[in-house]
Order: sequence, then structure tokens, then C-alpha cells
Amino acid sequence: MNHHIVLRVVAKLLIPSILLFALYTQFHGDYGPGGGFQAGVIYTAAFILHTLVFGLENTKKIISPTLVQVLSAVGVILYASVGFASIFLGGNFLEYGALIPSALPHAANPGGQHLGILLVELGVGITVSSVILSIFYNFAAEDDSDIEADGIPNEKGKHE
Amino acid sequence: MELLFTLLEWLCLLLGSIFLIIGGIGIHRFPDLFTRFHAASITDTLGAGFILLGLMIAAGMTLVTVKLLMILIFIFITSPSSTHALAKAAIHGGLKPKLDDQKDNQEKPS
Repeated sequence: MNHHIVLRVVAKLLIPSILLFALYTQFHGDYGPGGGFQAGVIYTAAFILHTLVFGLENTKKIISPTLVQVLSAVGVILYASVGFASIFLGGNFLEYGALIPSALPHAANPGGQHLGILLVELGVGITVSSVILSIFYNFAAEDDSDIEADGIPNEKGKHE
Repeated sequence: MELLFTLLEWLCLLLGSIFLIIGGIGIHRFPDLFTRFHAASITDTLGAGFILLGLMIAAGMTLVTVKLLMILIFIFITSPSSTHALAKAAIHGGLKPKLDDQKDNQEKPS
């Protein structure tokens, strides 16, 4: 990978911007186009670009497959716990208005609505990002000799 | 003044469209992969640049202009480097550029 100097420089330039744009899409999703799903996909695109340029092993050092699996569960837990929190605070499942106490009825409580949609979209973003990254890891590791999907030792995996 | 900006905006949009059409014709007509890259990458960057410039003039001094400027910067970075990656992959895969000289066709491009 030493000879791909242009690609390495451009990727180093682009990856932080892609991550920043993903966060913008995530947290601006309440007011404009965007949201958790799109932000998660963009966030993962940065890691996929890193894999394409720097190799799978280096990306796995940054964000390990174990961490990806844990994060994909964390997002779902965040989503569900917002729903249950609003039940325990006196609303229905995912009725965000109940999250922040207010004199207004639940549907007209702007603070609670904002907090609820922010947390739920964050959960969606984390889950989508890590699930797509885990799918990508599984596809990318297909040719590796340490992964044997069908039990047959991979002869081709030896050459580097 | 308003008329001037409108004229400038449409001039840029038209110029960008013309460059994109020229790029399309180039992709269709050029003989081999590398010359097609040439047509696609250069006119694409220029065409998209002019169209974004026209849109920036249309949007005026707003947040939209800043976003368009960022799109322009990213296109200027990514479009040549993706073409570079494709051309490098083609060379690596053994595809040789079509040359005018018959002798040069046999030699390896260094």
C-alpha cells in the first residue's frame, strides 16, 4: 500500500470531513433533511473508505468487530429505553412529550419532543452504522484464511 | 444589477451544461479507456464547477452558497483522485494505453 500516495493523502483529507458530515446529518435531522439512518450510512462510508485505502487489518485495529457488535446492540437498547422511559414517566411507548415534565399536554411539549427524537435518532444512527460495518467486515473477510465459512481451508489466503 | 446577476447565473449554468455535454460526447467517442477518463474527469470537474458557480450566484449570500462552495471543494478533490484510482487500477490490471506508434504498443509503460 506504499505506492498509493495520492489515494492515502486524499483519504486522510476526506475521512474526517465525512465523519463530520455524518454527525451534521445526524443532529440536524430534526430540522432538515437527514436523520439516523442516513447519518449511519455516511458514518460507515468513512470506515469503508479507510478499509479500501489502508487495508482491512488497520481498520479492524481502529474499530474492532467485537466493538461493532456491541454498538449495534447499544443503539437498539437506546431506542427501546427511550420508549420505556416515556412509559415510566406517564406516557405511551415512545411518547416523547412525557420525557420532560411540563404543564402542556404530551403532544405539545417541545422540549420533550426534541429530546426524544434526538435520542431515538442517535440509537438508529449507532445501530445502522455498526450493522452496515459488520456486514462489510463479513464480506471483506471472505478471502481471509482465518475465516472458513464452509470448513474448507482457503489456499488462496496465503499469498499476500 | 439584478439583470446582470441573472445573466451571469444563466451564463454559468449554460457553460456548465455545454461542458457536461462535451464530456458525454468524449466518453462516447474516444478510442480507449484512458482517453475516456480524460474526457470524463476534466469536463466533469469543469462542468460541475460552472453549474455550482451559477447556483451560487442564484442563491446569493446565504448558507446555501456556503454549502455549494463545500460541494465544489469536495468535487475538486474527489473527482480527479477517483479517476486517478481507476486509471491506476487499469494500468495495474494490464491495460495499456492505445498509442499512435506501433512499436510503443509492445513496451511496458513505466
